Amino acid sequence: MQNPPGRDRTHVVDTNEGGAIESRAGSDLSDNGHDTTHLPGPSLWPIGFAIGIGCLLLGLVISLLVAAVGAIVAVVFGILWAREVTREVRGEVPEIEPETRSVADEPAAAPAPTAEEKPLPAYTRSKFLEASTIGLGAAIGAVVTVPVLGFAVLPPFTGVEEREVDLGPIENFPVGTYVIASYLSNPSQGEVSRRTAFVRNNGFTESGEPSFTILYSRCVHLGCPVQPNGPIDEQARKELEGGIELRPVLAQSFGCPCHGGLYDAEGNRQAGPPVRSMDRYSFSIKDGRLVLGELYAVGNVSGTGANAVITRYPWSVPGTHVDGPEAWLYPIVPSQVTG
Amino acid sequence: MATSKRASVVETAVLAPLDWIDERTGAVRGTKWFLFRNVPRDISWAQTLGSATLTAFIVQAVTGVILAMYYQPSTAIDPNTGKPVAYSSIEFITNDVTLGWLVRGMHRWGASVFVILLFLHMGRVFLFGSYRYPRELTWITGVLLLVTGMLMGFTGYLLPWDQTAYWATVVGINLNGTAPFLGPWLAEFLAGGPEIVSEALPKWYALHMLLIPGALIGLIVVHIYLVTRLGVTSPPWSSEMAGRERAASEPAAARTGLVRKSGGAS
Repeated sequence: MQNPPGRDRTHVVDTNEGGAIESRAGSDLSDNGHDTTHLPGPSLWPIGFAIGIGCLLLGLVISLLVAAVGAIVAVVFGILWAREVTREVRGEVPEIEPETRSVADEPAAAPAPTAEEKPLPAYTRSKFLEASTIGLGAAIGAVVTVPVLGFAVLPPFTGVEEREVDLGPIENFPVGTYVIASYLSNPSQGEVSRRTAFVRNNGFTESGEPSFTILYSRCVHLGCPVQPNGPIDEQARKELEGGIELRPVLAQSFGCPCHGGLYDAEGNRQAGPPVRSMDRYSFSIKDGRLVLGELYAVGNVSGTGANAVITRYPWSVPGTHVDGPEAWLYPIVPSQVTG
Repeated sequence: MATSKRASVVETAVLAPLDWIDERTGAVRGTKWFLFRNVPRDISWAQTLGSATLTAFIVQAVTGVILAMYYQPSTAIDPNTGKPVAYSSIEFITNDVTLGWLVRGMHRWGASVFVILLFLHMGRVFLFGSYRYPRELTWITGVLLLVTGMLMGFTGYLLPWDQTAYWATVVGINLNGTAPFLGPWLAEFLAGGPEIVSEALPKWYALHMLLIPGALIGLIVVHIYLVTRLGVTSPPWSSEMAGRERAASEPAAARTGLVRKSGGAS
């Protein structure tokens, strides 16, 4: 077959002496055309044809309407494809201008000065392929990465719910004395979730409401377990269901064994490195039982017992300031977002 | 004739296969590039601290892989021992597995050796001025290696899941929590919640044996590539010049053709 004039779409795929393998005679046999292959031009129509076939098959399962649309699409694109393929046979040869693109780092290979600074196509095929490769790659990467990153990072911040803990009848808490209450904040987690609160029944406020001072044992320096400075009455130890343990203690101060933080009976810092007063629990009385609520951070406590005035802040990590200029370093803490 | 015969045996048995491999991979040339380097005449044992650190890391990696075959990062209570599974598996490694005490001891003490060697190596580089042009990036990757090495120690300390490990990690997490702005968020991520939850142990195990070592190995590859490419400096008292004159060639020469200019040149 003769090459159509004006275009060269044929490629020599085998230059090994005309592909003569068996015998020398082969080279005589392979003259013009036999050792070259003919490639059809690129075409987008097969894609539409394939989509049409896909719609047709899908429609056979879903509904005949879809199948009909698929059949029409397939027929239309099939005809277009057939026209495209047979164009050379029919003699229509479109003029295709070769893509040109100057390479900046080869000034020697710059177009001849005769070329009159002709502006090149603003958006060439190679640029399109480059951009679409990078864009598709980024999209695929994001689709894969974002959920995985979310899974890696988000769980500690989602589903955080301080569950209420029932510490039993308020008769277990004598007025004016601290009781060490130890409990499991999340029984399914086991001993990892064991927390300790120092509970003092303050009697009643002036307005007649029950008052409790409930300090959290975690040191607000760096989170070690604070100990009450005083003798524990092990005789009066009580164990309630659900792993709750109550032990009265004669304590007017609390100390941390790790770095020597010292707190008074209201949880105010007296010595050492803590940066705020001990964290406290909100509480409620339900059916005569003391129920621990959520934790909150305390800037300072003035007054004592039922008359104490507490500056309350959202709970934050030990070691972070909640008041004063240093608190500007922690504008948003997780507990403000996760509740 | 004996020697020539041996030479031909060597040729066919060793050198020819090497040629075959090199022709396909360039491995022999690469190995020569990596190992057969010129070094200054007056280098001393001080320049071996980097290799010593690498050796310590390899010991950590190998012993760590073996320990991972027996360690179980679970906080559940082992019904046989009444203790957490993680702690029980450490006891099992130490007391029951043949030579387990040795491998765990190598990993436990080797961690300290690794960090100490990191600091000694860094001190040598600092005092010799080896961080200067053109080795700034070697220094920077070395600093990142120091950070990741310390992170290895930090994350590995929790794994025995005893009182020391637990409370040291509580303190360490809260130390991170005091960093400005994002500190409380980092602490909550590391603890798995407002405070340490049982999922924190497998999380830290994954960080300790997968994520951070991956970063560490990548940094080591870059670090050693730079050392191989740039060579070793001579000590400050050497008559040979340490460092290098700044290259006169235009730095932009290497990037010619990186950014293609399309469209009509104006």
